[in-house]
Amino acid sequence: MASGALVATLLSPVSDGPPTLWEWLGRNWDTGRVDSIKNLLVDHLIMSLVPIFAALVVALPLGLASVRWRWLYQPTAGVFNVIYALPSLPVFMLLIQFSGLSKTTVIVPLTFYGCAVLIPSVVDGLGSVPDHVRQSAVAMGFTPLRRLLQVELPIAVPVVLAGMRVVAVSSISLVSVGALIGQGGLGMLFTRAYQNPFVPPALVGIVLIVLLALVADGLLVLAQRLLTPWVRARRAT
Amino acid sequence: MRRSWQGGRGPCRERKRSRVITFDDVTKRYPDGTVAVDHLSLEAPTGEITVFVGPSGCGKTTSLRMINRMIDASEGKILLDGEPVQGIDPPTLRRGIGYVIQQAGLFPHRKIVDNIATVPYLLGWDKKKARTRAMELLERVGLDPVMGERYPFQLSGGQQQRVGVARALAADPPVLLMDEPFSAVDPIVRTSLQDELLRLQSELNKTIVFVTHDIDEAIKLGDRVAVLRVGGKLAQLAAPKTLLSEPADDFVREFLGHDRGIRRLQFISTEGLRLRTDLTVPEGFSGPTDEPWLLVVTPDDRPVGWISRERPDEVEQYGTFVLGRDSMRSALDAALLSPSGCAVAVDEAGKVVGAATREALDEALAEAADG
Repeated sequence: MASGALVATLLSPVSDGPPTLWEWLGRNWDTGRVDSIKNLLVDHLIMSLVPIFAALVVALPLGLASVRWRWLYQPTAGVFNVIYALPSLPVFMLLIQFSGLSKTTVIVPLTFYGCAVLIPSVVDGLGSVPDHVRQSAVAMGFTPLRRLLQVELPIAVPVVLAGMRVVAVSSISLVSVGALIGQGGLGMLFTRAYQNPFVPPALVGIVLIVLLALVADGLLVLAQRLLTPWVRARRAT
Repeated sequence: MRRSWQGGRGPCRERKRSRVITFDDVTKRYPDGTVAVDHLSLEAPTGEITVFVGPSGCGKTTSLRMINRMIDASEGKILLDGEPVQGIDPPTLRRGIGYVIQQAGLFPHRKIVDNIATVPYLLGWDKKKARTRAMELLERVGLDPVMGERYPFQLSGGQQQRVGVARALAADPPVLLMDEPFSAVDPIVRTSLQDELLRLQSELNKTIVFVTHDIDEAIKLGDRVAVLRVGGKLAQLAAPKTLLSEPADDFVREFLGHDRGIRRLQFISTEGLRLRTDLTVPEGFSGPTDEPWLLVVTPDDRPVGWISRERPDEVEQYGTFVLGRDSMRSALDAALLSPSGCAVAVDEAGKVVGAATREALDEALAEAADG
C-alpha cells in the first residue's frame, strides 16, 4: 500500500468514516472474546515459544547422537530437511487427522522446522570444541558425561544460541500460517483484514509479530552475554 | 636459570607419593595392523625427567598416552609403582597424573583460576580450597595473580602454557606427563618455559615423562632420554651426556645431528680449568707489557674489556663464563667472542677470577676426551 494511504489511515479524524488504527486497536484489544488482540497475542506466544523449546529438547539428544555416531547425522539431517521442505498446508491437512484444528497442529510442524535448524547447530557447536581442549578434558580425568556437561556443551553454547535465534524469529513469523486452519495467533488479523478489506488489523498484526521477534531475539542475545562472558573476552583481544 | 649438570639435582628427596613408571614389553597395534609401539620396555625412575624423543611416527605420544590410558596397550604391561594401570578405572587414574598438552588445551569458557583448579574440582575439593590452591600455583609458575580472573583467550601462548603446567600440578600428582608442551610457542618463550620447568622440578621432584621431537629440548631437560625410531622401537635409552658421546647406532647418531661434538661440550665442566690471573690490569693502565692482550677490570673486579699492546686506548669486547657452573660450551663461546681468544672466568657474583687461554681450553678438552 502507498505510504500516503497509510498516513491517512493513521491520522484520519474521529468521524463516521472507518475507525483509525488507534481506535480500532483500543476497541479490539481486550473484548473478552477469544479473538481479542490480547488473546491472539497470547496464542501466538504459546504457538511460537513451545516449538522453540520443544525443538531444543528434541535437537539436543539427536545432535549429540549424531556426533557420537557420525553415520547418523546425514540421515537425521536429511529427514528434517525434507520435512522443512514440505509446504505447511498439506502438513496441516495431515495433522488435522490426529490433532484437529488445535494449536498442536501448528506447534508440531514448527517444532520439526526448528529441529531442521537446531540439529546442525548442536552438531556444529560440539564440533567447535577444539580437539586439544577435548583431549585435555579426557586427560584431566573427566568422565564422559561430565565432560559433555561441563566442557563440551558450554563451549557449544554460542553456536547453538545462534541457531536458536534463527529458530525463534522464524517460528514467531511462521505461526501466522496457522491462520489457514483458524489457529494463526496474530496471523488471524491478516485473514480478518483480507475478508473485509480493512487495513488496521493487518498493520497491528505485522507490528506485533515484528515486535515479538525483536524481543525474543533480544532476550536470546542477552542470554548469550550472560551465559558466555568468555566469548566477549575473546573478541576483546 | 641454569642447572648444573655436573652436580645433578642433589640427592633425590624421598617422597612418599613419588612413583616409578615401568613399561614391560608394551606393544600397541591398531586394527589395521599398524604397529605404533613395538615391544617397548623401559623405566621412568622416580623424581626424574624421562624424555621420549624421535621423529613423527615413532610412537612417542602413543607411549605417553598409554600411561594414563588415553590409549590402551595391545600387549604388555605398564606399571605405576608395580601396579598395572590397566586395572585402574581411567578417570581415577588420570586424576592422579598431571597432563600437559601441546597448545595448553585450556578450557576457553573457564577463568584461569578455575582452569587450574580443574582436577581439584573433579576430586571434589571444597571450591574455596581449590581456588586458593590454584592461586598459589599461578604464582608458582610465574604469573601475576590478576590473571586468575581472566579467560584463556586473554593470555599469550606462553602464559597459557604456564597455566597448563599449573593445572597439571594442581592436585599435586606424583607423576607428570608432558606431550610436546612447548612446541607451539616461539623459541625465546620456549627457552624460558624449559628453564621454568627445570626450576619447578628441582623443587618438586616429580616423575616426569616428557615427549618432544626436538633433540635439543630432550638433551636440555632429560635426566634420561629414550630415542625412539619409526615403528615404535626403542633405539637408545641413556643420559644425555652418554647419548652424545656414545650413540648406539647410525639412526641415533643421525638424529642427534652433526654438531653432536659441540653439544657434548655442555656436559663438560669448567671446574678445575687452568686460569691465568696475571692478565688483569686496572682501568687507565698504560705500562709496558709483554702480553699481546690485557684484561681491564674495575676496582671491584668487574670486567671492562680487552686492550691490545698495540692500541692500549681501544677497549675491545669480551666474553665471560661462570667458573664451575657454566659448561665448556659457554667457555668456548666466551673465548670466541673475545679478540684475545681468551674466555673471562667470573664467579657467581660476576667478579673476574681469571682468564682461560686457548691453550688452557685445549688442555681441558683433551682431558675430557680421554676421560
